[in-house]
Amino acid sequence: MSWPEALDPKGPEADAVAGLIWSFTGLCAFIWVLVMVALAVALIRRHRQSEDPLAVTIGEERRVEWIVGGLAVLTGLIVIGLTFISYGAQARIFGLGGGDVAIDVIGHQWWWEVRYPSDTASATVVTANELHVPVGKLVRLRLTSTDVIHSFWVPSLIGKADLIPGRTNTLAFTADRPGVYAGQCAEFCGLQHTHMGIRVIAEDDADFTAWKAGQVAAAHEPATPAQAAGKAAFLSNPCVSCHAIRGTTAGGTLGPDLTHLASRTTIAAGTAELTRGTLAAWIADPQGMKPGTNMPTMKLSAADLNTLVDYLMGLK
Amino acid sequence: MTLQGFTSAQANTDRGPRDIGQPIEEVRARLSQTWASQGGLWGWLTTVDHKIIGRRYIITAFVFLLLGGVLAAVMRAQLARPESGLISPDLYNQLFTMHGTTMMFLFAVPVMEAFAVYLVPLMVGTRNIAFPRLNAFSFYVYLFGGLMIWIAFALNIGPDIGWFAYVPLAGPEFSPGKRADIWAQMITFTEVAALATSVEIVVTVFKQRAPGMTLDRIPLFVWTQVVTAFMVIFAMPAVMTSSTLLILDRLVGTHFYNPAEGGDALLWQHLFWFFGHPEVYIIFIPATGMVSEIITTFTRRPVFGYLFLVLALIAVGFLSFGLWVHHMFVTGIAELGASYFTASSMLIAVPNGIQIFCWIATLWGGRPKFKTPLLFVIGFLIIFVLGGLTGVMLASVPLDTQVHDSYFVVAHFHYVLIGGAVFPLLGGVYYWFPKLTGRMLSERLGQWNFALAFVGFNVAFFPMHILGLAGMPRRIYTYPEASGWGTLNMIASIGAVVFALSFVLFLWNVMASLKRGAVAGDNPWDAPTLEWATTSPPPPQNFDRVPIVTSRYPLWRHPDTLPVGTGLALDTREIVLTTVVEGRADVRVTSPNPDIWPFITAVVVGVTFIGSIFNGWVALVGLVPIGIGLIGWGWPSGSVEDES
Repeated sequence: MSWPEALDPKGPEADAVAGLIWSFTGLCAFIWVLVMVALAVALIRRHRQSEDPLAVTIGEERRVEWIVGGLAVLTGLIVIGLTFISYGAQARIFGLGGGDVAIDVIGHQWWWEVRYPSDTASATVVTANELHVPVGKLVRLRLTSTDVIHSFWVPSLIGKADLIPGRTNTLAFTADRPGVYAGQCAEFCGLQHTHMGIRVIAEDDADFTAWKAGQVAAAHEPATPAQAAGKAAFLSNPCVSCHAIRGTTAGGTLGPDLTHLASRTTIAAGTAELTRGTLAAWIADPQGMKPGTNMPTMKLSAADLNTLVDYLMGLK
Repeated sequence: MTLQGFTSAQANTDRGPRDIGQPIEEVRARLSQTWASQGGLWGWLTTVDHKIIGRRYIITAFVFLLLGGVLAAVMRAQLARPESGLISPDLYNQLFTMHGTTMMFLFAVPVMEAFAVYLVPLMVGTRNIAFPRLNAFSFYVYLFGGLMIWIAFALNIGPDIGWFAYVPLAGPEFSPGKRADIWAQMITFTEVAALATSVEIVVTVFKQRAPGMTLDRIPLFVWTQVVTAFMVIFAMPAVMTSSTLLILDRLVGTHFYNPAEGGDALLWQHLFWFFGHPEVYIIFIPATGMVSEIITTFTRRPVFGYLFLVLALIAVGFLSFGLWVHHMFVTGIAELGASYFTASSMLIAVPNGIQIFCWIATLWGGRPKFKTPLLFVIGFLIIFVLGGLTGVMLASVPLDTQVHDSYFVVAHFHYVLIGGAVFPLLGGVYYWFPKLTGRMLSERLGQWNFALAFVGFNVAFFPMHILGLAGMPRRIYTYPEASGWGTLNMIASIGAVVFALSFVLFLWNVMASLKRGAVAGDNPWDAPTLEWATTSPPPPQNFDRVPIVTSRYPLWRHPDTLPVGTGLALDTREIVLTTVVEGRADVRVTSPNPDIWPFITAVVVGVTFIGSIFNGWVALVGLVPIGIGLIGWGWPSGSVEDES
């Protein structure tokens, strides 16, 4: 079994928290052992006790009072020390100004809308359930929600922050090395709280720039007759009332933007890895894969389903 | 000094003949008749005897413990393996909501109050609790609230919003239907019951202590109950406010929590946790009182640092109101504010540490007898200290961002609540069972019960710390195999089975001992406090003659004959009121007779609360029958003026 994510940090901010967890755990474990030793000795030590339960020696009681008083003071000093260690890490993590990459993350029941804002609308990236970030750059997330409270948590990179309707929280982190880091919603948000996964894909600058350019580009046009039929099926079914594909008439905003669906690694917020098979299964029976999801079951013919999946899998 | 009269020549004789030193058998017989509850169903519904109500309260709370435990077992079965399809997400969400709600609102707080209702009047040496009819009312309201939510759950309309019911999820838009209303109304029921009990406890302890029981002679368990009662009085209004605003949002169409209309989603969290954090201590503090009593008795020496312990309790009581934001560290609270709550949350470790040190010092200075109650207390010390230390970790804002709402927190609060409250409670049951029933619980089964509980608990909950650090959030109904959480979850579920078995053994022990347990006698443990001065179980009048207290440990100070006072009426229910600080005998007052009105009032209150879920006007219309109930309750019964 591998090391727990929070103790296996992949960025300086997570590293600072991991250090804090270790120092607190070490000190607390040490204190616990001392208290247990004192308890064990108190329980097994054999000494004479008077027949009269009220016959206690005042002198000895006084001496123990001093010991207990001293321990109380020591406890106070330890917690003051821990408080300042905590403040140090807090300043380190939350004191970060600015940020090289700004990303808006918007919580929905039960998926994440992800936007890379830009001054020009055509350069704005809109995707879902995956964040691409460049390695070594400070990423600043702006978190909000359209419905209930969610919480963003990718333990390898950073502790969590809530997405609260009517408020915007921020979270800043850096990924040290390329990799795919998994996380999921940490605040109970309803029926499918369980299936609200998020992935952070950290890549070097060139890959990140290329990815971004790909996302800004228009949706791929159908390259085969099957894909063309799939596009027609998409546009003639209720899909369009919730999903958008830029460059088509589909402009729904209730569900994830599908312009570059096939460039993502999972479907239904991490419910399954994205393959042709899982996508077909998802469209055919979303309630079976993720009971309670807001995606309704489409009564598609087998042929329509097939061509639709062809089309969607072409949206790289 | 074995006799002290509470009466004088001028005493009003309207209350009939008095105890002027008649033979004790005659006094006992007449008082038993005077204080007896009536028989049959009518007697069941009209009784105002704190022991009968307290026993009902305890049994009801334990039934809810078992129900909540069954829910936990089902959840552990579901989580034992990845991608398990044992239960649906909808049912799982109801399960954890009902588990948390039941354990917090229907078991933990009520069971501690239940023990207070039973024990406090006995421990302070009085004949009944203050406001005994309110006490009966409180029990019925609690019972109706618990029945309502469990019947709803059985009908598949159980709440599914988590035990702290965050808005907007619990609001009208995202929780249509009646589930959230039932949760919110259950809060109203239990809070009314808890407030009533708290008022009774405060008045009982401040005004009804046996003569001579000065403040510094009050047993520690009673001190903990007074501190807890005050905390309930100050904390519960916050949750009643929050749940009432939620009900208004849901049923009347207000927008207190709706950000789209200028409301605020975080308002709920502030109001709820302003209650919710003290709530944890409302559960824990009475348990520390049980710990102090058990340690004193089984080390056979005065508890070390009585004054330290009392001051620590009061300090915890105050500090617990200044910590609530540590439940909200990841909501984007201002840094400076969060830093304050880090410091205050850490600080509460000091008074809690003092208590631990005092108990260890007591054990150190005595010669512990390892009976089952003490075993549970030792288990408490081992588990609670660990849970307290992880609590210190959670006080740190950056650390909390990693573990908040993860299984680490689940582990932490089970360590403090089960370790800190359930272990002492089980110890308390083994300790006071002979007083309640007249029979001892089996010591051999008790040791097995403890061993299984201790091992099962740790195997079930320790791995959850690691699961939390590995990224497992709480309240998920399943997890993928690839997460790597399977092994630890399986271990936790196996531990849960062992832990559950310990409760089966406990139940078995209780059932078997009720029939065949060794007869206890008045004071089987040679304990020092007043509840052991009377028979087991105590007679309706508790004490034939009111004890006169000359020591913090009356039964150790007077091992042979306890000084008592005479002069109370024999054929009328009469009790002695004493002064708040010095406990000097002050006034003789009457205590209510059995009465049906508390039950009637509780029924109409219950019908009104439940009815208002379905139609808001019921809340207004219901005021009429409630008013009638209260008038009937308060109708003058013709008792004479209280006398000095």
